[in-house]
Amino acid sequence: MSSTIIWTVAILAGLGFLLALILYLVAERFKVEEDPRIDEVEKVMPGANCGGCGFAGCRAFADAAVKAPNLDNNYCPVGGNEVMKKVAAILGFKVEEKAPQVAVLRCNGSCAVRPRINEYDGVKSCKVKAALYSGDTGCSFGCLGCGDCVEACQFGALSMDPETGLPVVDESKCTACGACVKACPKTLIELRAKGPRGMREYVACRNMDKGPAAKKACANACIGCGICVKTCTHDAITLENNIAYIDFSKCKLCRECEAMCPTGAIHGVNFPKPLDTAAVKERIAKRKAASAPSAGPSGTLPASGPLPLQPGAAMASGAEQPSSPSNVTSSNSNSSNE
Amino acid sequence: MSKITFKIGGVHPNDAKLARDRAIEVLPLPQTVYVSMAQHLGAPAKPIVAVGDKVKTGQLIAEAGGFISAVVHSPVSGTVKSIAPRADIAGKPVTHVEISVEGDEWAEGIDLSDTLVTEIPEDRVAILKKIQDCGVVGLGGATFPTHVKLNPAPGSKAECLILNGAECEPYLTSDYRILLEKTKEIIVGAAIMQKVLGGCHTVIGIEENKPEAIEAVRKALTELPYNNIEVQSLKKKYPQGGEKQLIAAVMGREVGSGALPISVGAVVQNVATSLAVYEAVQKNKPLITNTLTVTGDCLPLERQHNYLFRIGVPLSFIAEYAGGIPEGAAKLISGGPMMGKAISNLDAATVKGSSSILYLSEASTRRGTESACIRCGRCAQACPMGLEPFLLNRLYKAGDNEALEANAAQDCIECGCCLYSCPANIPLLDNIRMAKGTVMGILRARAAAAKAAAEAAKSNENKN
Repeated sequence: MSSTIIWTVAILAGLGFLLALILYLVAERFKVEEDPRIDEVEKVMPGANCGGCGFAGCRAFADAAVKAPNLDNNYCPVGGNEVMKKVAAILGFKVEEKAPQVAVLRCNGSCAVRPRINEYDGVKSCKVKAALYSGDTGCSFGCLGCGDCVEACQFGALSMDPETGLPVVDESKCTACGACVKACPKTLIELRAKGPRGMREYVACRNMDKGPAAKKACANACIGCGICVKTCTHDAITLENNIAYIDFSKCKLCRECEAMCPTGAIHGVNFPKPLDTAAVKERIAKRKAASAPSAGPSGTLPASGPLPLQPGAAMASGAEQPSSPSNVTSSNSNSSNE
Repeated sequence: MSKITFKIGGVHPNDAKLARDRAIEVLPLPQTVYVSMAQHLGAPAKPIVAVGDKVKTGQLIAEAGGFISAVVHSPVSGTVKSIAPRADIAGKPVTHVEISVEGDEWAEGIDLSDTLVTEIPEDRVAILKKIQDCGVVGLGGATFPTHVKLNPAPGSKAECLILNGAECEPYLTSDYRILLEKTKEIIVGAAIMQKVLGGCHTVIGIEENKPEAIEAVRKALTELPYNNIEVQSLKKKYPQGGEKQLIAAVMGREVGSGALPISVGAVVQNVATSLAVYEAVQKNKPLITNTLTVTGDCLPLERQHNYLFRIGVPLSFIAEYAGGIPEGAAKLISGGPMMGKAISNLDAATVKGSSSILYLSEASTRRGTESACIRCGRCAQACPMGLEPFLLNRLYKAGDNEALEANAAQDCIECGCCLYSCPANIPLLDNIRMAKGTVMGILRARAAAAKAAAEAAKSNENKN
C-alpha cells in the first residue's frame, strides 16, 4: 500500500521535473530578445491605457518611444511633463516641455438661452442624433447634450450639468487625452493650453450661421460681428465662417474681447477677479480717443504693440495680478473649477 | 389569382389607410417656393439661374451635378429671389432656389391636356434622354435617378420590369390614389419603360389590401394595346415595397449581398415613377409635381387628404391649407411611419420624393423604456434581409467593425422591422444604421484603394 503511494509521488515528481526541464530549455532556445528599457519606460507611465498618445496603450507607447530616434512625436498627455522627463532620463533623450492642456467646450448654449424647438426621443447618443438631424434646438452646431463625451472620458473629468444641459470639464481630472474630442460629432471640444494658473480666454461657440440666424437660435451665440477682432491689440483673434477664434499663443489675457462681446460668447475662466466690463470698455474708449489723431489719414488703429494701460483697470496679465478670490463669479466670467 | 409574398421575415403592422377614399385634390400655389438642389440620390444639382431671373413653370433651373444626379425644373413661374442654403426637414442646410410665384405661365412645348397618348416613341435612346432631361427620379423613396436605373450596365439584361404598387407603408395612400385615378397613364409609363429595357415581361405588383386598384389596373390592361404586362396581387406584408423583397415576391429570386436587382434580371420602378415617365415622354412635362398624403391617427377622417403638389412648396403651407396641425399630434413625419423621417423643421420645402405629412399621436409614436435583450429572436425572425439585428446591435456597441461586415450590417435596408418587433424596446435600427454607415464607409474606402491600385498597376504596365 505504502509503496503505491511512494511510486505515485515519485513518478509525478519525476514527470514534473522533466516537463519543467523541457519548458526551461524551450524558453532558453526561443527567447525573445526585448529591450529592457521598454519595461522601465512602461513602469513610469501612468498606466491608464487611454490611447491619448496615439498608441494602443502604455506598453505600445513605451515600445514606440524606445525605438524612435527622439521624443518629438511621442508625448504622453496624461503623464505630462513629469512623466516625459522620467522617460527621457531612461532613454537618454531630451524632451521639450509642453504647455499642459485641458479640454474646453466651445458651446455655451445652455437650456436657458437656447430654446428647444423639438423633442428628441431616440437613442441617447450624440452620434446617432447628429446623423438623424440638426438637433433639438435652432442651432445646428451646438451641443446635443446626450453625453457621448462623458462616456468617452476614462478619467471621470466630464459630467453633464442637468441645469445647462452641457458637459462640464473638471480641470483637476482632465488629462487632455483627447478622447472627448474624438467622441463629439459636432467637434465642440478643443484641447487648449491651460494657461498661467489656469487662466484662459476662448470663444465658447461654433455656430457658423450668419448673425441673425445664430442669434435667433441661441442668445449666447457668436454672431460673427468682428468686434473682438477689432478690439484685440495682439492680433490673436481671427474671424472665419462667422465664427471668432482666439489663438492662445498670442492671447495676452487682457479680457478686452470678453468685455466687448455683445453676446457673451467669449469666456474667460479662472481669473481671480470678475471682469469689470465698464472699466475695460472705458479703457478701450480712451485708447481709441488717444490714438485717433496719431493714426493719420487712413484712420486705422495700430494693429499690435504694447497696450496703453490704465493704472487700476481690471487687468489680468499674469503673475503681477493681486488675487482676490472672494468673488469669482459674475455674469460674464465663467469660473468653472473654483 | 394566387397571392404571393416574400419568404424571409416581415411584419404586419395595421395598414391604417385612412385617406384611401379621398380623391386627389390640386393644391393651390403659395407665394414662394423653395426648390432644393438635393432632392435625388447622388450629387446635388447645380443651379443655372441667377437671382432676379424670370422663370416659367417647367423651365430648367439646375443641371445634373454628376453621373448619378438629376436636373431640376422650376415648379412655378415667377422671379428667382435667392439661391442660398436653407434647412431641409432634418434642419440640415441644403442649397435651395427661392422663387416668388407670379401667375402660372408654363414653358413652351409642355402638353397640359388630359388626352391619353398611347403611342410610344420608337427610339430607345431618345426616350432615355427625355426621361433624363425631365429630371425623373424614383419616387418610391430612394429618389434614384430613373435614367440610370433604366440603362443597365452592358452585359446585364432585364428579364422582368416590376412596377411597385405595394405601398406597404401604413397610412400612405398616394400610390393607391394614382393607381385609381391615373391607371392608364401608369400603364403607358410601364410600357415605355418596358420598351427601353428591350421588351421584357412586366408585372405590376399591388398588395391585396387595395382590391379596387388591382381591379382598375386589370380592366385598363384589357383596354390598352400592350402585351406582356400583367398585374399581380401580393399578400399584405411589410416591407413588400422594398426592392429586394418585391423581387423575391414576384420572381422568387434573391438578390445577393451588395448586388443590384439587375444581377437577377429585375428592374423595379414605383408606380408614381411610371406616371412621371409617362408625363415626361408623352407630354414633355418635367417632374415638378407629385402626390402627397396628409394623414395620421390623430387627424379626423374628413381632414385626411391626398394632394397633387408642386415640388418646392413648403410643408407648412400644405399643413396650413389642410387645416393646421391637429390636436394631439405628437410627431410629424414625412413618409410612412416605418421608414419616414421625423419633420423637425416644418418650414422645409417639399421635394420630388415627398410622399406624406403624417401626424401621429403620442400613444403611437412614443418609444417605450429600453430594457435588456431577452434573446427572444423576434428581430431576427422579422428581418426581411435575414440579418440578426440583436447581434449587430451588440457588435456596434463593441465597435467590432470586422464582425459587423462579416454579419452583413451593410445589407440592412433600414425598414425598421427589428425595432417594430422588439419587445424590449431596444433601439436596434438606430444603432444598426450607424453600423451600416461605418461598414459602408470601410467598403467604399477599400473599393477606392483597390481601384487606385489597379490604375497604378495599369500605368506601370503601360510604362514598361
